[in-house]
Amino acid sequence: MMYRNIDARGMHYTPLNRAIREAVASGVNTIEIEQVMGQRFIADGLRGDVSITIHGVPGGDLGMFMSGPTLIVHGNCEHAPGNTMDDGTIIIHGSAGDATAHSIRGGKVFVRDDIGYRGGIHMKQYLEKSPVLVVGGVFRAFLGEFMAGGLILVLGRNSRAPIRERGIGSGIHGGRIIIRGDVEERYLGVGAKKTDLSDAELTAIFPLIREFGNHFGIDPEPFRHDPYVQITPSSSRPFANKYTWE
Amino acid sequence: MDGARVKTALSMMDERGSGEGAGYVAYGAFPEFADDYAIHVFFDNIHETKRAVDGELEKWGTIVHEEEIPTYEHPNIRKVHTPWRYFFKPDPSLMPRSTTPDDDIVLHLVMKINTTRPGALIYSSGKNVAVFKASGWPEDVADFYRIQDYKGYLWLGHNRYPTNTPGWWGGAHPFNLLHWSVVHNGEITSYGTNRRFIESYGYQCSMFTDTEVVAYLFDLLVRRHGLTPELAVRALAPPFWDEIDRMPPAEEKICRAIRLTYGPALMNGPFAIVVARPDAMVGFTDRIKLRPLVSGEMGNRLFISSEEAAIRVMEPEVDHITMPKAGEPIIGRVVA
Repeated sequence: MMYRNIDARGMHYTPLNRAIREAVASGVNTIEIEQVMGQRFIADGLRGDVSITIHGVPGGDLGMFMSGPTLIVHGNCEHAPGNTMDDGTIIIHGSAGDATAHSIRGGKVFVRDDIGYRGGIHMKQYLEKSPVLVVGGVFRAFLGEFMAGGLILVLGRNSRAPIRERGIGSGIHGGRIIIRGDVEERYLGVGAKKTDLSDAELTAIFPLIREFGNHFGIDPEPFRHDPYVQITPSSSRPFANKYTWE
Repeated sequence: MDGARVKTALSMMDERGSGEGAGYVAYGAFPEFADDYAIHVFFDNIHETKRAVDGELEKWGTIVHEEEIPTYEHPNIRKVHTPWRYFFKPDPSLMPRSTTPDDDIVLHLVMKINTTRPGALIYSSGKNVAVFKASGWPEDVADFYRIQDYKGYLWLGHNRYPTNTPGWWGGAHPFNLLHWSVVHNGEITSYGTNRRFIESYGYQCSMFTDTEVVAYLFDLLVRRHGLTPELAVRALAPPFWDEIDRMPPAEEKICRAIRLTYGPALMNGPFAIVVARPDAMVGFTDRIKLRPLVSGEMGNRLFISSEEAAIRVMEPEVDHITMPKAGEPIIGRVVA
């Protein structure tokens, strides 16, 4: 293991990202960044086999276009962590802002607590690329808006309140949203439909819950016995007649 | 608290601006003139327009004190206006039909001077309220006025990225009218409708940008119509009709009445807004949350910002960070 520590106090994101890239280019595979405070675009476009631990509150678009690295954040994130991420893992020990995992095309984002509005907006998948967003807490409106692929899993820890967030899967035309508990039909967005998650389907995604538990030291077993719903496109092309006429 | 910490917080978010406008407001900045209206004016030049403004003020009351607002030469700020402040006492007997003659005299003066006196713009008019704004980056504007020399119990700060009109001193936030100050991130796409509505009540828009209407709407709805700040937010960013249909009867009735009465005040488009008055601060976003807003608390202090890091840089030990729900106000009240 080659290790590098970076003190980001008062540092602009450009020299910070330069320091990260230089470290990775020189063979460092473990980086710890201290005193992060609002620097946006951290690890954007970064490639390679490297694990970066971030202490503090990174600014928006953390890990945008990133392909491969692992980012572990001890703090909350602002808007759009994992924006258009290609591959890799982001693990957030806290909450994240609006548009978490915006347009993500591969890799995994784990959020221990809550996310803001429009989580997983424009999420997509293609061939072997199938991104995942796992949210330990709750979400705000327009979850999975215009979703085209991938999986959003919401565990709803620490909240027994019924979900009252509108537009879930609004404009969804691919992928799946799985939510522990139930969601009233009226909170589904246009083009979304709800079904119960079968035992076999829960078993199939359970490794993700176990992985979530491993990241945050949370016992996954209690999640095995609860009911879940899944929200998917209402048909293979729910918007076929919306913008084009055949 | 002095202005230095607000400046540091804004400098965390320089990417949100373009260096074409920034500003600050401090409540409680003029304790020695606390009972007088602090009329702030941008003069294009003193010799041509100041006498006219003096004359308008003297028609309606007494200029208790006046001074050029101290500024400090800064390489990044071109001083295209001369900022001036008057401490003004209106004569309430001159507006006998009003129940709030002092405020209404000042409101009348602001609208009259801003629309009929080219070369003079009143950009702040509250009691014990100081506004500092110019074209430039937030740090530079702060240094230009040395805002660290001012103390206030309530501060707003803003970094502007003008998109629809050119940046200029009058277009920088905060926008102030009487006791109201407003900072805004976003774009009010219903500006045309809102402007027509507010102008029918005697307000006149003269700043070439959308945020101005928010200050006037709060003045109309809260000061003149007597709505609570909560109800004013319900008017500007109301719940959807399908939500209103499901409310308990009493709440449904008031929400329906507000939407029907204040339909033209409803604001569309993306926005996160913080409005201040001497005893309170209110933050809210548009109903579908197209702009970020984070709040934090520390003891009896409330912080509202676009980004959490900006709060943490002011108060590292902040212990209660939340993201308010879209369209729902977060309100801080001043405790004496």
